[in-house]
Amino acid sequence: MAELQIQDIIKPENKVYGKSKIMTDTPLHYCYGCSHGVVHKLVAEVIEELDIQEETVGVAPVGCSVMMYNYLDIDWMEAAHGRAPAVATGYKRVNPKKYVFSYQGDGDLAAIGTAETMHAVNRGENIVMIFINNAIYGMTGGQMAPTTMIGQATSTSPYGRNVDINGYPLKITELVAHLPGAAYVTRQSVHTPANVRKCKKAIKKAFENSKKNIGTSFIEVVSTCNSGWKIDPVAANKWMEENMFPFYPLGDIKDGQRDSDEKYSVQKLKK
Amino acid sequence: MGELRLMKGNEVIAEAAIRCGCDAYFGYPITPQSEVMETLMARMPWEETGMVVLQAESEVAAINMMYGGASAGRKVMTSSSSPGISLMSEGISYMAGAELPGVVVNVQRGGPGLGTIQPSQADYFQATKGGGHGDYNLIVLAPSSVQEMNDFVDLAFELSFKYSNPAMILTDGVIGQMMEKVELSDFKPRWTDEQVEQFNGSWAATGKKPNRERAIKTSLELVAEKQEKINEGFQAKYKKMQEEEVRYETIKCEDADYIIVAFGVSSRISQKAVDVLREQGHKAGLLRPITLYPFPSEIINQMADHVKGFLSVEMNAGQMVEDIRLAVNGKTKVDHFGRMGGVIATPGEVVDAMLTKIIGG
Amino acid sequence: MAKVKGAVVVDQECCKGCNLCVVACPEDVLALHKEVNSKGYHYSHMVNPENCIGCMNCGQVCPDSCITVYRVKVPVAKD
Repeated sequence: MAELQIQDIIKPENKVYGKSKIMTDTPLHYCYGCSHGVVHKLVAEVIEELDIQEETVGVAPVGCSVMMYNYLDIDWMEAAHGRAPAVATGYKRVNPKKYVFSYQGDGDLAAIGTAETMHAVNRGENIVMIFINNAIYGMTGGQMAPTTMIGQATSTSPYGRNVDINGYPLKITELVAHLPGAAYVTRQSVHTPANVRKCKKAIKKAFENSKKNIGTSFIEVVSTCNSGWKIDPVAANKWMEENMFPFYPLGDIKDGQRDSDEKYSVQKLKK
Repeated sequence: MGELRLMKGNEVIAEAAIRCGCDAYFGYPITPQSEVMETLMARMPWEETGMVVLQAESEVAAINMMYGGASAGRKVMTSSSSPGISLMSEGISYMAGAELPGVVVNVQRGGPGLGTIQPSQADYFQATKGGGHGDYNLIVLAPSSVQEMNDFVDLAFELSFKYSNPAMILTDGVIGQMMEKVELSDFKPRWTDEQVEQFNGSWAATGKKPNRERAIKTSLELVAEKQEKINEGFQAKYKKMQEEEVRYETIKCEDADYIIVAFGVSSRISQKAVDVLREQGHKAGLLRPITLYPFPSEIINQMADHVKGFLSVEMNAGQMVEDIRLAVNGKTKVDHFGRMGGVIATPGEVVDAMLTKIIGG
Repeated sequence: MAKVKGAVVVDQECCKGCNLCVVACPEDVLALHKEVNSKGYHYSHMVNPENCIGCMNCGQVCPDSCITVYRVKVPVAKD
């Protein structure tokens, strides 16, 4: 048999992987190697696989992914900084049949929007919250984030994050997991093919959960910001593995459904 | 004749919301308007019309929940009082920037800061000049009775959807707290999903359909020239409001030499002052702006050709008086009388102010 | 018995040369080109196409969705 030529392999019937139909043709404005692009396409792939393009509405944040609405061909709302969970709540409450997800970075979700984050999950809103934690403010030029590691240099902590001045990196995902309204809380990454596949499974589960009315699904993706960290993408992945994973360990923290209200109900106040 | 009831202004806001087919109320408690959400929660409209009522974690969250609900093409509202409106100003600016409809009720109290819990009209600037950042305006309605608290909820929704712009009902602790006879509106059903699609499908984020581009409710445009075009669009919209939506009431103005301009509770006090002034032989009249934005500048400018002076009566240090001066444009005398910090003026004080500042001044 | 043969198509204009696909490839199929695309990026391309097994690793880690992967099963003749 003659040796198989490349042209014989590259045929539509042999295609096993390609760009999701939910992704638009707009080139992503992100820096090379940015984790945002990977998470965007995972959300797109999940929407495509669940066939829910018409029923899904996304909430874009303020930060690097502010223009996420240019990349996924679904209806969108662009929230003020930190307010995506409130916007998602407002939408979901008047449209309970829709799939609603918010997508936020660490500054957005864990600093300015901490209250909205905690209370949306505490109410058990049936939404998907995706949280990109790259330990830095990327959009504004690499300032210290609530999740910046101790000793990590940023433009507003040029000599490294100092706990005496700046306090500790915030493990908001662990805090969220304590809330009775949470159904599914997990921490993922997208730095290797295996992790990409796991992360996609988590996103899919979260979207499926939101249809079951079992509470909030919250996915942290520990990510890189090679431009903000001022190293190349491959080195950034290595730094993340060695420095961030010990503090932000990967895996599911809660997997089930929101707590039963009977657990906390009290007797009526009597005079 | 609709159903007659004796109700508080704040309670009427709640009842009117349910009756006009409002889809959701998001709020946060603050004096003197907490009865709005309390009434809604006790009424349980979700059982009756399907209307959502949600107590948010803050005014900031409440206004952003409105942003979400409004993006869906739904009728959403909130209410608060002055300090809470300051917190909402960010979200209101974003709603104006994203051209989202919705109704915000401000039951004003004295400021600045925490100020007092007594009634005030010191948020006139905030309400009529935008309030948050950027070049934008709200449609601002100023009820002066519990009846108008009922009527203006539906009107505010109508105007905010007509112009894809948030509307504000600017009232005060007096109107919010006082009880009066009110003829309630008849029930209008909430829009069905199909009606939302029919009325608002051209702009709302109702889920991407194969036959249209995706809807993006955003206030962001990074290209300066494009952002300027968007702003020009807003200005054209505001101009149209000024041409078509000005509402005001005139009382005894036909032969008046002296005009009091007052809105909300101040207009009721001023109406009494007009009567007293007339008893004393002074031809006084009252102009009550109903829309504070768009402001009834034209009628004031016309009146300025023949009246001898205007007195702006407001429960603040003199805010609306600036718009009156702009409208009068130097043609005649304009002055201000106001009490601040939650103090309510008496008709006698208004009469004295007219006598000393305008008639004898 | 069959062996799997794969091929990768990189949208060279879309590629930003981040190198993540090159590192993710278990068979050393990909490398960054010494030429640059119109945006100035050293785009990824197949340097050892005969090694490709169509495992999709490269596509999955690509942040810019610019990789398409093809795969066929090739029957292996018995000795």
